[in-house]
Amino acid sequence: MEKIISNKTISVNEEGYLTDFSQWDKEIGLEIAKEQDIEMTDKHWEVIDYIHDKFEKEEPLSIRGIKKSGVIDIKEFYQLFPGGPLKKATMIAGIPKPKSCI
Amino acid sequence: MKNLVILGAGTSGTMMANHLVKKLPKKDWKISIVDQCETHYYQPGFLFLPFDIYTSKQVKKNGKKFIPKAVEYINEKIERIVPEENNVQLANGKELSYDILIIATGTDIAPEEVEGMKGPKWHKNIFDFYTYKGAKALRNKLREWEGGKLVVHITEMPIKCPVAPLEFAFLADSYFKNKGMRDKVDITFVTPLGGAFTKPRATTALHHLLEEKGISEVTDFAIERVDYKNNKIIDYADTEVEYDLLVTVPTNMGDSVIERSGLGDDLNFVPTNKATLQSLDHENIFAIGDATNLPASKAGSVAHFEAEILTENIVRYTKGIPLKDEFDGHANCFVETGNGKALLIDFNYTHEPVEGTFPFPGVGPLQLLKESHTNHMGKMAFRWIYWNMLIKGVHIPFVSATMSEKGKHFEEEVQ
Repeated sequence: MEKIISNKTISVNEEGYLTDFSQWDKEIGLEIAKEQDIEMTDKHWEVIDYIHDKFEKEEPLSIRGIKKSGVIDIKEFYQLFPGGPLKKATMIAGIPKPKSCI
Repeated sequence: MKNLVILGAGTSGTMMANHLVKKLPKKDWKISIVDQCETHYYQPGFLFLPFDIYTSKQVKKNGKKFIPKAVEYINEKIERIVPEENNVQLANGKELSYDILIIATGTDIAPEEVEGMKGPKWHKNIFDFYTYKGAKALRNKLREWEGGKLVVHITEMPIKCPVAPLEFAFLADSYFKNKGMRDKVDITFVTPLGGAFTKPRATTALHHLLEEKGISEVTDFAIERVDYKNNKIIDYADTEVEYDLLVTVPTNMGDSVIERSGLGDDLNFVPTNKATLQSLDHENIFAIGDATNLPASKAGSVAHFEAEILTENIVRYTKGIPLKDEFDGHANCFVETGNGKALLIDFNYTHEPVEGTFPFPGVGPLQLLKESHTNHMGKMAFRWIYWNMLIKGVHIPFVSATMSEKGKHFEEEVQ
């Protein structure tokens, strides 16, 4: 389905995740964060950069990976993105919801 | 004479030894298999041991019995794999050189990964059932337990047999009903996932079963520590769940020899090509079963399907023919739901479990994603199939290595 966010049309799935990462930019990230009641700080963006880096390298995201990221510890990650930090952070980052699906 | 070395004589390694002994010319290839443990455990039986459904004797046999005579069986701990020199160092100082190496060292629990889990209460009121020792200790505990809060918990994914914790909760419900004390037991299922299982359609079906059996669910629970003094588990969002008896599936990790050899990822699993089963870093090293990092279930059925394709690929590799990139992540698992019933799920990398019939389209006799007594009989019969056919590499009729899409109701699949 399509959604208009900061005057741009983007495609999202039914849960609100972008289906085409090339449509993502920082403003869109900011708006999605607002919808999730998250006010983005530099630390938040650092985490988003880390997520984008993993996404480009096609490396799976996990809570364990966050612990070893050197960017943030898990406790802080939960404070920045309360209630399902990986799900929220990936939605803001414009990438698919991580599958811990095996 | 060339050498093929298999590391690990569990489900995968034993199957590979049996397959390859028939396929590789004896005059050209010597096959060896190494395992530190003399006992071969029927791991699916660990689920039944705590409930006195299986006896301890039914889940273990001498491993050597299942290794063909033409294969050298080495009962020794593996110290290190040295891929640059194509050899394996054993703990007794001996070295095995190889032309082809198959890593089948599996996965083990790592309770020490979570603070407070493997502390003074380990195997007192905190148990695993993924090891023989844990399952047996839990059986003894359950025999005398008088009730209270039972928490069935998954630490983090991936785990071996992702349905086993749910099955444990279902069987616990039956077990306490049969003992006439279900009203004294409160069962909670705690998972790091967003729902009961990793795939949406099966999650819906399993969620209904949990509800029906009065088992509560706590989802998205990423455990930070076990507060063993106050009997509660606490997650990173500070959610607390109290228990009297905690049955947990600890973090699953590959064998430490993989770490010592620098061959694994964060969890000591070997990065492996998901379609050919060749390791990503070394062309003469292959990996199978729980030891790989494949995005497939860590389960005996998966290992079984992998073994057929890996055997073909080893033969191709010895002849210099391109490998078959055919493995599709096929898994086929019975899910015990208690009261003598089970459901069956059949899925792969791209298709989630759906309803239908198996193995004959439209006929069955097994029902996919639906509870039935026949499915339960299938699971019970499977122990015989395991010891007598599966690990001996005897083909199981009508069940193919790659998943069949026939007889399944994909049209209702949700994305």
